[in-house]
This record gives sequence, structure tokens and C-alpha cells, in this order.
Amino acid sequence: MSVKNELIPQASAANLTPEDFRQIGVDEKQSEVIQRESLSAWRDSWERLRSNKLAMAGLIVMALVVIMAFIGPMISKFDYQTNDLMNTNKPPNSVHWFGTDDLGRDMFVRTWMGARISLVVGLAAALIDVMIGVIYGGIMGYFGGRVDEIMNKFAEILYSIPYLLVTILLLVVFEPSLGTIILALTITGWINMSWIVRGEIMQLKNREYVLASRSMGAGSGRLLFRHLLPNAMGPIIVTLTLSVPNAIFSEAFLSYLGLGVQEPVASLGSMISSSLSGWMLYPWRMLFPALLISLTMLAFNIFGDGLRDALDPKLKK
Amino acid sequence: MVRYITSKFLYMLVSLLILITATFFLMKAIPGNPFMSEKQVPPQIRERLMEQYGLDKPVIVQYGQYLKNIAQGDFGISMKMQNKEVTGLITDTFGASLKLGLVAIVVSLVVGVLLGLLAALYHRRLIDNVAMVLAVLGIAVPSFVVASMLQFVFAQKAGIFNVMGFNGPLDYVLPVAALAAQPIAFIARLTRSSMLEVLHADYIKTARAKGLNWMTILFRHVVRNGILPVITYLGPMTANIITGSVVIEQIFGIGGLGKVFVSSISNRDYTLIMGVTIFYGVILMLARFLTDIAYVFVDPRIKLTNRKEG
Repeated sequence: MSVKNELIPQASAANLTPEDFRQIGVDEKQSEVIQRESLSAWRDSWERLRSNKLAMAGLIVMALVVIMAFIGPMISKFDYQTNDLMNTNKPPNSVHWFGTDDLGRDMFVRTWMGARISLVVGLAAALIDVMIGVIYGGIMGYFGGRVDEIMNKFAEILYSIPYLLVTILLLVVFEPSLGTIILALTITGWINMSWIVRGEIMQLKNREYVLASRSMGAGSGRLLFRHLLPNAMGPIIVTLTLSVPNAIFSEAFLSYLGLGVQEPVASLGSMISSSLSGWMLYPWRMLFPALLISLTMLAFNIFGDGLRDALDPKLKK
Repeated sequence: MVRYITSKFLYMLVSLLILITATFFLMKAIPGNPFMSEKQVPPQIRERLMEQYGLDKPVIVQYGQYLKNIAQGDFGISMKMQNKEVTGLITDTFGASLKLGLVAIVVSLVVGVLLGLLAALYHRRLIDNVAMVLAVLGIAVPSFVVASMLQFVFAQKAGIFNVMGFNGPLDYVLPVAALAAQPIAFIARLTRSSMLEVLHADYIKTARAKGLNWMTILFRHVVRNGILPVITYLGPMTANIITGSVVIEQIFGIGGLGKVFVSSISNRDYTLIMGVTIFYGVILMLARFLTDIAYVFVDPRIKLTNRKEG
């Protein structure tokens, strides 16, 4: 191969000799040699993701937010719920790095505690969505036919009930706590995921490797969990990443209605909504949580987009 | 076509019935009844009240009565505001919300499509990058943060607009901007990616090869085809703007339905919550139903795929 390529540019009719027409032959051993390390599909996707600078920036920001939400409250000497009525609404200073709120609580600690709660709500809601969605969608896609039709109709009916209204109703009736908020957010959140899984499984189940496995006696469970779902993992992960910010957003909206986590616990959303009344006088009370929630949303969205491009390069536009 | 529309319509009715039923039984699940808190009231009066609101009858009878009333557009009487009918409260305040919402929808569509189109036409150039940064920011920043920032900068500091109130046309600017920020971002991204696809389609090349004027190509072929995905977003956008307006109305002191909803939740005014929830539900479901139909009219390919499935 390489010999031929080198020769061509030099070859002109004048200096061709019979030597140039000798048969080189094919070295069969050479053609079997693996030129470079073989990459698994996941490695391949990772390489693609790593070369996407924007997505990596998103990943780094996500990691930083998670780490700070974990250690942030520990590196300050204040705690998130002790009132200090002598020091209310203080602007950021060397003692209170992000200032204090209307009850004199340290905003630095509260902001990171809020981030922790927001992340917990977002991640938990997204994970529950995935679990229900994968099982429900997997069954719909795998069995198809009548089962699919009925289950799909049910999902469609549930989906067309406006999601936030149901969430609000549930939280009006059951007192808002971390658990009920997560539950209320997942009540219809899983449907989208189940449709994505259904679509994937429907495409995958006609592949040869499924037939091969089935012909060797694999049962439905094995086919679904060992062959079909692992191959549908890409879109599942992407949807998961993109549904975390949605849940965080919804929680912020619920906080605004007074249906988010209750005092003294704070989420980023509830801190923003409690700062709204006096925020023109004390802008830092909104600034830090608002910045953090925006940054988190941004990071998750950018990373999710990058992940989609990396896992399914066909989709890239 | 008729079958498709009827089935979508039936779905909508079933969903609506479920929502109504859910609201009814959830409210019934709340321990106690609305008059428990009024301790000074003698038992006779409390019983009289229970009777007046029909709370002494079995749940099933109450449910039937409730359905019948709703069908007639009667959502009962507010529990916290004396002598106010829920239906009246809704119709009184919905006007302001509707005006605000419609303006926000139109602004989102026009600005979003324009931004997306420009980004696609100047792909990977300055306009594209700026538009996409704006779009990402619009998606990442919650609307109530956008609203407060706008209020602070343009009303408080610069004094161009009123901080609160909803009287003149100028009072629309800030709330609409805050409401439309997120939909604009979404629409711009949708439009951009679909326009990019259309711009590289063979029929555009054909049209250019035929020597058609670029403006004609742009509006006859590119925009018409590239705008399709935006139509699917109309339903979710309505939902987005309605939920957004709940918060925005509060911030800008607009006496719309959103403000009523927020105060009904904080007052635990159950009949009012039920009424507004069902009202919002009807609007959102209608929006989604109309979106489904609009899509079939604009894109005939949808019909085929649906016939194959059903």
C-alpha cells in the first residue's frame, strides 16, 4: 500500500522501467496486524466526548458544584439554620463570604446546602424516572402488540394531564417534604423516559444478535436485561442528564409557590423566592443562589448535549 | 384524518376527566373539612354550612354533583373569600393573563424563529454564536430570575418602565420579556437545527439551480419547511408561558389568574385551587389538541405514520 503511494507522484512516462511493474504481492500476515488499540463503543464515545471542549467544561462545572455542595457547608464555621439577629441582611464580607439573610443566617453555607438539596431532588427524581421508565418502556417495546397498545394508551392519557398541575395538587394535599416533592415530580416524569426506551427496544429487538441469543434459548428477561437494555443505554443516559435540570427547575418553581422544601431547610429555588421581596435592597441574597442555579442548569444542559453527540454521532447536526 | 382527530379528542376528554376526578378526591383526602378551623361557630351553624356546601352527603353523590356543576361551568364558591364565586374570580382575572400570555406567545414565535433563522443562515459565524449563547442562557436562567433582573435594571435603576402595575402598553415590555425568554431560547434552537437541515436539502439546491431568487427560496421553501418542528413546540410553550405567568404576575403586580392561583395555594382555598387547576388543565389540553391537529394539516407525512401504527 505505502509503496504504491510513494511511487505515484514520481512516476512519469519517461522514467518508468520494467522494474516498476514487478508484482509485489500481498503479505497476508501484515494485513492481519492490528494497527492500533481497538476501542470499545464506550471508549470511543468517551474519546469523542473528551474532544468536545464545551461538554467537558460542563462536566467540570457539574463536578465542582457537586463537590462544593458536599464540602461547602463544612468549610465555613457557620451552620445553615442558626439565626443571628444582630447580623441580618449583611452584604458579603470577610466573615460571611456571601453575606447573611433576613434572619442573619450565613448565605455561603445556605447557598451550598441549597445546592445540595436541589441536586438531591434533581438526581433522585431523575433516577426514579429512569427506573420506572426503563421497566415500563422495556415491557412496552419488548412485548409489543396488545400489551404495548394498552400500556401506551395509559401513558398517553397520563402524559396529557399537565404535569405541574398534578404536582401542585399533590403537594397541596400532602405536606411538602423532600420525599413528597421527589414523588410528586416523578408522578408523570417517567413517561418521557419510557417512550424513549420503548422506541430503542423496538428498533433493537429485530437485530440478529437478539435472534441468535433467542435461538440459544435465552428467555425474555435475559434478552431484555442482558442484550436490549445495555444497547439502549446511550439515549437513556442522555435523557437522564437532561431531566436532572428539569427537576431542579420544577422544584424551584414549586418553592416559589411555597410548595418546595420548608424552612429552615433551603433549596436554591426557595432561597431565590424568599429573597424576591427585598432583593432590590439586598441583591446578594438572590445573586448567589440565582447564579448557582443558572450555572448548574447550564452545565447539565451543555453536558447533556455533548453526551448526546458523543453517544450517537449520527444525531449530530 | 377524522379518525385521528376524534381519537385525539377522546384522549383529551379522558385526561380531563382523570384530572377532575383526581382534584376532587385529592381534596377529599385532606383531613378534616374547611370549617374545622372556625372554632367559635356553634354546631348548628357548622351543620348548616356543611349542608349548604353539600358536605353532609356521601362522597359519590358529591362527586356526581361536582361533575354536573363543572359541566355547567360552576366551580362553587371560594372558601376563603366570602361570597365570591370561583367562576367569577377566574373570568374576572383571566383577561389580564390572556393578554399577557398571547403577547408573550407571539413575541416568542417571532423573535425565536427570526433568531434561529439568522443563526442558521450565518452558521458558525458571529450571529450564530451570539444567538446560541443567548439560547443556552435563556434555557438555564429561571424566568423569575430574569424577571427580577429586568425589573432591577430597567425599572429600578434606569427608570424606563414602571416597577409594578399593568396599565399602559409600556407595562407589557418587562413581563413579556421575562415570560418569553425561555420559549425564545427553545424556539431559536429548534429553528436553527431544522433550518440547517433544510438549507442542505436537495430541493433547495434544485431551486437555486433553477435560478430562483434567493428571497423566494428563503420564504417559500426554507422557512416553510424549517418551521415544522416549532409547531410541535406550541403545546409545551403554552404550558411554559402559563406556569411562567403564575410567577411573573406576582413579581410585576399584575392582577391576573396566576396571582389568584398563588394566593389560593398559600391560603389553602381548596375550591379555588380546584377551579383554577381544572381551568388551566382545560387550556393546556386544548393547546396540545390544537397543536396535534395543526401538525397534521401542515405536515401530511404525520397521517401516514399514524395510520401504520393504529
